[in-house]
Parts: sequence; structure tokens; C-alpha cells
Amino acid sequence: MTLAFACEIVLAGLLLAIATWTITARTAFAAIAVFMVYGLLLSIVWVTLSSVDVALTEAAIGGGVTSMVLLGAASALRGSKGAVASLSLPFKITAGMLCALVAAALATVVFFLPDVAPTLAPVAKENLAASALGNPVAAVLFVFRALDTLLEKVVLLLALVGVWSLSSDRAWGGVPELRLYKSPSPILVFLAQILPPIGIIVGIYMFWAGASQPGGAFQGGTVLAAMWLLTMMARLQDVPSTNAPWLRLLLVVGPMAFLAAGLAGFYFADSFLAYPPSIAKPLIIVVEATLTVSIGVTLALLVAGPPEKVPQQ
Amino acid sequence: MSSAALYGYCGAILVGLGLYGVIARPEILRKILAFNVLGTGVFLLFGVFARRGAEAGLRADPVPQALVITGIVVAFSATALAVALLIRLNKDTGEVVIASDDSAESGKQRVRQ
Repeated sequence: MTLAFACEIVLAGLLLAIATWTITARTAFAAIAVFMVYGLLLSIVWVTLSSVDVALTEAAIGGGVTSMVLLGAASALRGSKGAVASLSLPFKITAGMLCALVAAALATVVFFLPDVAPTLAPVAKENLAASALGNPVAAVLFVFRALDTLLEKVVLLLALVGVWSLSSDRAWGGVPELRLYKSPSPILVFLAQILPPIGIIVGIYMFWAGASQPGGAFQGGTVLAAMWLLTMMARLQDVPSTNAPWLRLLLVVGPMAFLAAGLAGFYFADSFLAYPPSIAKPLIIVVEATLTVSIGVTLALLVAGPPEKVPQQ
Repeated sequence: MSSAALYGYCGAILVGLGLYGVIARPEILRKILAFNVLGTGVFLLFGVFARRGAEAGLRADPVPQALVITGIVVAFSATALAVALLIRLNKDTGEVVIASDDSAESGKQRVRQ
């Protein structure tokens, strides 16, 4: 057993312990704080599995933004505690046994995996040059399986439409209320002044480098969203009204550009979402740039939640 | 045991843990959190398949990796929508738990506004 493998065993044990803690913690705040640590540990696991793109996404979205949404919910629900109808012990034991069975079935599948793993890596590698991108994961996302990526952007937008439609009739089109901090502390204001210039550069770099190295529109967009949220939480910038035309435009510009490039494929390269080889790279970069902006704005608004204040006329 | 197999078992246990949280924690927020743990377990299994499929000079099969990236974003969208639904439910009824009627009675204090 090598030292690296010993470290991996410790990492896996730690991950399971922290996951158990997240499920069993007494208060919601403790559970979410532990979940953040879980997200970071998990991204280390992704690095050891040689999936750096996934590690970045997990750290940014899985651990970061998800925890932020959950923390917002926990603070909104803080007043209405009680009502903790604890379930009966036989029920918990039955549930535990059922879940152990599911885990055991999955572990059996892992144990009996075929020795020669099925893989699409050679095909992806072979066609990488034709995709004009250097990062195979980005090539899969934006070229080989572009339809998945396009639909996923639409899912993000649909989720936002769903969240907005939960506002009261009176507040429709109004301003979302960021729940995390009602009155910003001086430290938060200081950080919100110092970090954004650095964060915006990091976000743009992550999108730009994503063509040839790990990174991409999602990870970059998430960093941009985080910077915007930071300045809004520190009250350095107002939360925009959800009926502002510029905001709606920023939300749809990425998916629309992607869709337009896809439809143009019918004409120039005889298939939906096919790019003409001569301009493939610039086209993908332009689509990715608009997507980065749209993803950033959508994520930030998903965190901000449904509009709650009546729109100003 | 290879490190891919190690994380495979780890992913299997995470799915079980998450499923237990979804079933056995009555608070909706904790169910959403457990659902996310369940999801990471599934993603980790995908990561194992990607790692095992390393070939042609790539250190992991890019296709499952791209699927996981898409999956993480969709899981986040679902979480954000579920949280918004929960907050609206709480505003309208004061509820923060889901429980069948009889278990809620045995669990006494139900808060209504």
C-alpha cells in the first residue's frame, strides 16, 4: 500500500464521516456549515480522480452556491421552529435497513464492474482536434454533446421562472430580498470593496482558460455571480428589480446566442449545433462568453430568491 | 483495491446515507440537504466510471465528467426551486416539516400561525 493510497483511504473516511454528520446534525445551521466542508472535501476527491473540471464545478456550485441558498432558507425559517415531529424508532430502523440495502446493491455493482471499462475517451481524443478546443471536457460540453448543455441552460432559466412565480401577486416583478444579512458588518463591506476586482478577473480567466485547460463558462459564471452577490449583500449596490429590461436581456442572451449558433448550423454545416470548422473556435468562444454572463446573472438571482418588495414605478 | 474502487464504495455509501436523510429527517430543509448528499454519491460513481475509462492519454473519460458537470448544475437548479417552495409553504402555513398525519400527531407540537 502506497502513501498516496493511504491518504485516499483517510480522505474517503473523512468524507463519509462528514456526510453522516450533515445528515445527523441537530440544527440546520450546523448541518449546512458541515455541508460546505463536505463540498470542499469532495472537490479534493474529484482532483484525485483526475477530474479537475468537475472539482471546480463542485467547489463553486455544489459546495458554494448550494450552501448559500440553504443558509438563506435556514435563516428565513429560523423563527418557525418547533414542529419537529420526530419519527418513530421502528420507522427509522426500517428506513435505515432499506438504505443499507440500496448502498449494498450499489457496492456490489462496483465490485462486479467489468475489468475492461467501457470508455469514449479514445473517440473524444480522436475528434478533439476537429472541435478546435484543447480541453476534452469542454469539447464534450460544447461540441460533442452540445444539446445537453443547451438544455441545461434552459433548465437553469426554468428554475428561475419557477422561483419568481412563487412571489406574491403584489410583488411580481419587484425586488428580491437577500436574506443573509439584514445589516452588513464593516468587515463584509471591506471585503466587498477589495475582492470584486480580483474575483472578476479570476472569473473571466476561468472562462477563457476553459477552452484548453480545466475551467469554463459555469465555473467562471459562478465566480462572477459570487462577486455580484457580495457587493449586493454589502449594500454597495442595489438588488435589481426583476422586471428591469436589461436584467431580462442578460438572463436570456447566453441561451439565445447558443440557440442561434445551433440553428445557424443547419445552414452552414448541415446539422443542428454543428459549427463550420473554419470559425468553430471563435464561435464557441463568443457563445461561451455570453453564456458566462447569463449563468452568472441566473445563479445570483436564484440565490436572491423570489421578488418580495413591491416594484418601484 | 484500486483508488477508483475505494471511491466507488464511498459513493455507494453516500447514496445510502443521503437516501436515509431524505426518508428519516422530517424537516424539509434537511430533506433537501440529504437529497444533495444523495446526488453527490451518484456523481461520485460517475467519477469512478470516468477514472476507470482512462485511455488514449486522457486521465479520465471526458463524457461522464461532462455529464456530472451538467448534473451538478441541474441539482443546484432543483435545490433553489425546492428552497423557494419551502419558504413559500412556510409563509402560507407555518409548516417546516413533512410527516404523515399519524406520525405528526404522535410527534405532538405542530405549529400553525
